[in-house]
Amino acid sequence: MAQPQKLQNWRRSNMAIFLNENTKVIVQGMTGSEGTKHTRRMIASGTKIVGGVTPGKGGQVVEIEGISLPVFNTVAEAVAATGANASVIFVPPKFAKSAVVDAIDAHVPLIVVITEGIPVHDTASFFAYAQKIGKSRIIGPNCPGLISPGKSNIGITPADITGAGKIGLVSKSGTLTYQMMYELRDIGFTTAVGIGGDPVIGTTHIDCLKAFQDDPDTEAIVMIGEIGGDAEERAAAFIKEYVTKPVVGYVAGFTAPEGKTMGHAGAIVSGSSGTAEAKKVALEAAGVQVGKTPSETATLLRSILQG
Amino acid sequence: MDLFEYQARDLFEANGVPVLAGAVATTPEEAQRAAEKIGGKVVVKAQVKIGGRGKAGGVKLAENPADTFEKAKAILGMDIKGHTVHKVMIAAAAPIESEYYLAILLDRAARSFLVMASVSGGMDIEEVAHKTPEKLAKVHIDPNDGISQEKALDIVRKGGFPSDVEKGVAEVLVTLWKTFQSSDATLVEVNPLVKTADGRIIALDGKVTLDDNAAFRHPDHEALIDHAATNPLEALAKEKDLNYVKLDGEVGVIGNGAGLVMSTLDVVAYAGEKFGGVKPANFLDIGGGASAQVMADGLSIILGDPAVKSVFVNVFGGITACDAVANGIVQALTMLGDKATKPIVVRLDGNNVLEGRRILNEANHPLVQQLDTMDGAAAKAAELAAK
Repeated sequence: MAQPQKLQNWRRSNMAIFLNENTKVIVQGMTGSEGTKHTRRMIASGTKIVGGVTPGKGGQVVEIEGISLPVFNTVAEAVAATGANASVIFVPPKFAKSAVVDAIDAHVPLIVVITEGIPVHDTASFFAYAQKIGKSRIIGPNCPGLISPGKSNIGITPADITGAGKIGLVSKSGTLTYQMMYELRDIGFTTAVGIGGDPVIGTTHIDCLKAFQDDPDTEAIVMIGEIGGDAEERAAAFIKEYVTKPVVGYVAGFTAPEGKTMGHAGAIVSGSSGTAEAKKVALEAAGVQVGKTPSETATLLRSILQG
Repeated sequence: MDLFEYQARDLFEANGVPVLAGAVATTPEEAQRAAEKIGGKVVVKAQVKIGGRGKAGGVKLAENPADTFEKAKAILGMDIKGHTVHKVMIAAAAPIESEYYLAILLDRAARSFLVMASVSGGMDIEEVAHKTPEKLAKVHIDPNDGISQEKALDIVRKGGFPSDVEKGVAEVLVTLWKTFQSSDATLVEVNPLVKTADGRIIALDGKVTLDDNAAFRHPDHEALIDHAATNPLEALAKEKDLNYVKLDGEVGVIGNGAGLVMSTLDVVAYAGEKFGGVKPANFLDIGGGASAQVMADGLSIILGDPAVKSVFVNVFGGITACDAVANGIVQALTMLGDKATKPIVVRLDGNNVLEGRRILNEANHPLVQQLDTMDGAAAKAAELAAK
């Protein structure tokens, strides 16, 4: 599609999906130990952190990595004072729903929920509310967040595994994301999105596949799934219909027994549905090459990019 | 957590869902006493967390208390699809005129809740759903709106219920929503929901699944856990707050992050194909920010499993630092002393990997060997387990 040169240049400097180097981030739960630790790491990896939210601690100023960060009582106050357009949430499960609702009410465009162990009734409730208000994308919960290496890192993904490059990655699992980034560290990534392993998540494989297809800097896509649900099958149908860029896939849990939850609340094989084999078959039918192991998946991607 | 039928019955009763009198029994004597208390004919029902018990002979009608004793004796100890019957429920018998179906569940694909309702309830509901889906009404529920009496009536009409039971079924649906929401369930299913000969609407059998993530606001759910079915190693792991699942192979697996550990199980199983079909012995996720102590706890549980012949520690340090993992391994081996007899293959990568590898090299423990890649380490662990 032809575009004026100026607009193309503007876009070029902003490539990545959902976030870029100008994204201004507030941290909900910044004053807690996890929040503080990860705020430090995010700042160190180049993220523009502009403040924090902890109800009852508004007015305080916290010094992290040599930056003075104001603390607010509500997200709306934080947005008004800092112009933040993303929020990352590190509050405990018990308080997570009200934190997310606070961010939705403040119309924050990107809300990244790192918290693990949120009751699914709470997630279903804040997801429905976000859909109704229509101003926010939620990523997670129970996820590592997303990173565009060298630009911004919202969440807990280690920033030093690899740099910017041309692969887009979407995954339910945090450590598998890290493993795959490591396997392909010589090529690098536009954005890696950890969408989370819970039964209800705000952003799906399909949302990310669409964004990567539409992102001119992403040349190939890695999609990592795992047992449980039918998200991979639906993603396969979407790829067939919409995605023209090469996609390689990996599904964890081929040897998982039926009826056992493997860590992620969503990772459970029930009867014949949700098996890794069924997902592999669906992905391959959509033209996706599926690796048996992370290293084989990396090899498949490498050979596609090398033509 | 899936509940037994009798637990579901109690939960229904507490939330105003109409149920028949019922009690649980673990012996024929208890069953007889329960039947005496209820009076009249009763149904003796095997309590197993699997479908198809009726067809397997796990549900029997008893004419009187003495007969209840005999029926309970026959059912207790029975094997139903690999599940041993340890408990029976004694329920009042009721003359049934019609069998319906009602359920509220989490619909992952829609990221919402779903009500399913059908006038064709009973044993063959799955066939109904499959062959005549038009007979199963499906209506999504906004989690923030719930199910009002009006909404319930609307759903019941969509389900094609006869007009004389519309109101009664709708009332049950409202109480089921209350059950679903107040107990943080991901499934409440009534099958069959019956109309008795005297026109009452009653939940005759129920399935309930509760969300373990919501345990913090339901201290009463602890009492519902079926400890008899929990593997002793799994129970020990739970005490230590470790995410552990016992499997039936020989290679003990420890890793960080659910996805990576699942992947590790696969890689071990593939590698095991070359070594006489060696398989992973367990799933153990030490989590995101694992400390030395967590690593030590995990390793001692795995080394305590007699089925384990070798151990594979597979860590990609994201938040977890590899030096902490290495220290944990060294500490665990010091703690276990002579009790540690199984070879341990370690693959570390990521955060602080050089320091982690250095610590293990320096400790130079005879049982520990390091490999650089996940595939290589899995092959080594499988080879050692096959010996």
